[in-house]
Amino acid sequence: MQEILLTAGPSPSDVLRYLASHPVPSAIARNLWLIPAVPIVASGIVALLKQPRRKPAAALAIGSLSISLLLSIVAFAHVVAGWAHASVVREVVNFTWLHFGSSTVDLGWVLDPLAAIMLVMVSFVGLLIFIYSTGYMAHDENYTRFFCFLSLFAGAMLGVVISNSTLLLFMCWEIVGLTSYLLIGFWYQKPAAAAAARKAFVTTRVGDIFFFLGIVWLFSQTGTLLLYNHGVGSLEGLVLANLLSQHAGLGLSAAGAIGLLIFAGAVGKSGQLPLHVWLPDAMEGPTPVSALIHAATMVAAGVFLVARVYPLMHAGAAPGGTTTSLTVVTWIGTATAVFAALIAVAQNDIKRILAYSTVSQLGYMMAGLGLGGVAVGMFHLITHAFFKALLFLGAGSVIHGCHDEQDIRRMGGLRVDMPLTFATYAIGMLALSGFPLLAGFWSKDGILEAAHRSGTIKGPFYLLIFAALLTAFYMTRQVCYVFFGYWRGHGTAHESPRVMTMPLAILAVFAALLGFIGTPAWPWFQSFLENRTAAIDFRVLIEPSVGLLMLASSLVVFVGLALGWRLYGNKSPKPEAPDALEQAAPWLWAPLRDRLYVDEFYRATFIALFGWLARVADWFDRRIWGKIVSLVAWLVGQWAKLNRALDVYGVDGSFDKTCEELSNGGGLLARIQDGRVQDYLRILAVAVIALAGILIWSSRP
Amino acid sequence: MTAFPSPLVGYLLVAAVLFAIGLAGALVRRNAIIVLIGIELMLNSANLNLIAFWRFGPHPEALTGMMFAILSIAVAAAEAAVGLGLIISIYRHTNTAELDKINRLKG
Repeated sequence: MQEILLTAGPSPSDVLRYLASHPVPSAIARNLWLIPAVPIVASGIVALLKQPRRKPAAALAIGSLSISLLLSIVAFAHVVAGWAHASVVREVVNFTWLHFGSSTVDLGWVLDPLAAIMLVMVSFVGLLIFIYSTGYMAHDENYTRFFCFLSLFAGAMLGVVISNSTLLLFMCWEIVGLTSYLLIGFWYQKPAAAAAARKAFVTTRVGDIFFFLGIVWLFSQTGTLLLYNHGVGSLEGLVLANLLSQHAGLGLSAAGAIGLLIFAGAVGKSGQLPLHVWLPDAMEGPTPVSALIHAATMVAAGVFLVARVYPLMHAGAAPGGTTTSLTVVTWIGTATAVFAALIAVAQNDIKRILAYSTVSQLGYMMAGLGLGGVAVGMFHLITHAFFKALLFLGAGSVIHGCHDEQDIRRMGGLRVDMPLTFATYAIGMLALSGFPLLAGFWSKDGILEAAHRSGTIKGPFYLLIFAALLTAFYMTRQVCYVFFGYWRGHGTAHESPRVMTMPLAILAVFAALLGFIGTPAWPWFQSFLENRTAAIDFRVLIEPSVGLLMLASSLVVFVGLALGWRLYGNKSPKPEAPDALEQAAPWLWAPLRDRLYVDEFYRATFIALFGWLARVADWFDRRIWGKIVSLVAWLVGQWAKLNRALDVYGVDGSFDKTCEELSNGGGLLARIQDGRVQDYLRILAVAVIALAGILIWSSRP
Repeated sequence: MTAFPSPLVGYLLVAAVLFAIGLAGALVRRNAIIVLIGIELMLNSANLNLIAFWRFGPHPEALTGMMFAILSIAVAAAEAAVGLGLIISIYRHTNTAELDKINRLKG
């Protein structure tokens, strides 16, 4: 509707034609902007509150996100209803923000299955984590600031989800990055936290530059910033076909190349292989932040972004085939999945293990997108959001209960002390490992099945199977260290308050059961996303390609669990003792413990390069530019001296002479002004007498 | 010309003498008050001239000279008051009424 209002003077027939091709969006679609706006406004109000106002801050943040959740559920129900009645499932509302010349900058939002699912997931998981935070951060003096940032994050993340304009998406994307920076560095008094925040910001910036280049390229080629716009958006019909017909070199079409540039942004945000280094360090932030931003939502925004621009990457693929850009996505995802899972095996920080696990699972999602399309990747994103948020919040509960201890070697036996945390953590851990029938099993199986089905290359399939094995192994190791054996920490552990365990329980229910909305027998989730009709068909389960694969992946999971239990189960080694795996294979342990030397590699290459460049620049500044500046200053000084000489000997000489003469004349005249009234009077009298004399003399006959 | 000069000449002579005395007093005496008195004398000689010219002029019935003289006396009274005020004020500052010593406006 806005488009009509903003266009100058349309004739009635224009309006009718417009309305025929552009159905009026539903009420919820028109008001979709409220979903991100409410938390952002709440964040602004919290920012204006005085610092110690703890209750109003938390109430505003939680209240605003509850409103967003309600609206999201309404939007979701609306899209599902549209899908069930086979009517429109994608509604867009666009408007023009700026005009310059003949081109316009358009913003807008879109309500489609992808956005609807993400909206519900983000606001629901976010709300649970907000509630949990009131318990976890209860003793923090910067409670108000925390909720301000958290609320801003939630709003910006919801903005990313509904954006229909690459520019609006990029803006929200950057706000999300900013809040991530602010929250990683929330305890900025700790040098490690400040450094981690900087690292996260700079590393993601590398990806974002490519993302921005992609947006600019897309805009210059299509002339529109909108993704969907009734057939003329950049992801639709003719425009996409045009993009596809242009060659960008290296066997890529313009569409594929732009897709890859945007994927580079996702690589930064989602911690994919070359740029994953910031995510484990980001665990310096408060644990609810790790759960919300660095596990469930923000890092998944990269995956969501790839899903959003999937048409760009998939364009031009033969039926059942793939494209160059999707192959790149697949391989980067697969490599990340295996790489991060390997590192996670040899970490001792409870949150760092989960962080590497997150990186690994994000790789899984990317591989799922590359191999099986939007539905496969997104399904893992949604299930992962629930069980990984659960694991992080569980880890937060453990850290809280163990008096801020994060080293798993100094825990142990917590299944007795923290029974509720243990039960929920176990569900999350099994779901992550892909234990049969739990959420992670179905979504991971979907990816493996897609990998198996994709014809040409089998590499990703075997690597992903290996990553699944590793996942089960390192999660078993962690759980054995933390919850089994006997207590090796200091003090006594205690269970967390109810406000923290309640969200755990709710998330655990979803982690266990959410998978059933997307099983091969009833692929409701996948059908919804791809706008097909969903049917229940149990025969699919006994097809060899599906059934055997499920058996095989279950087997792999059991092998991983058994291996982990065999090495670590109930052993409770001393904190100083070498790890069981270290004893078995020290040559393998050392590189894994040191995170495969990626940070060291960057320090030796990029950071060294920039350090060297900085030194060169410094040398230039001091030796070349500094000298030039000094030379100019010296020249100016000499010029000034010349001017001074001219002034002193040329100009001043004549001027001084004039002044002297004036002064002498003045002195002479000043003598008359002797200040004696009577002398003035005498002069006056003499003058009058002289005047009288002249008058008399001149008037004589 | 008549043999006996007009009485006007006598008045004018008296006025001239009065003026000369006043001028001499204003020019040579050092005390500021005496100088002021000299100025008053000169003013009064001018008044005398005004009256004389009116009385022996062509229209003695018009009272013009009288008006001039009264105005002049009023102005002189005001001037004398201001002048005396100034002198007292200067005296308070400099502790002297000697005009030779009051020469701060020297150029």
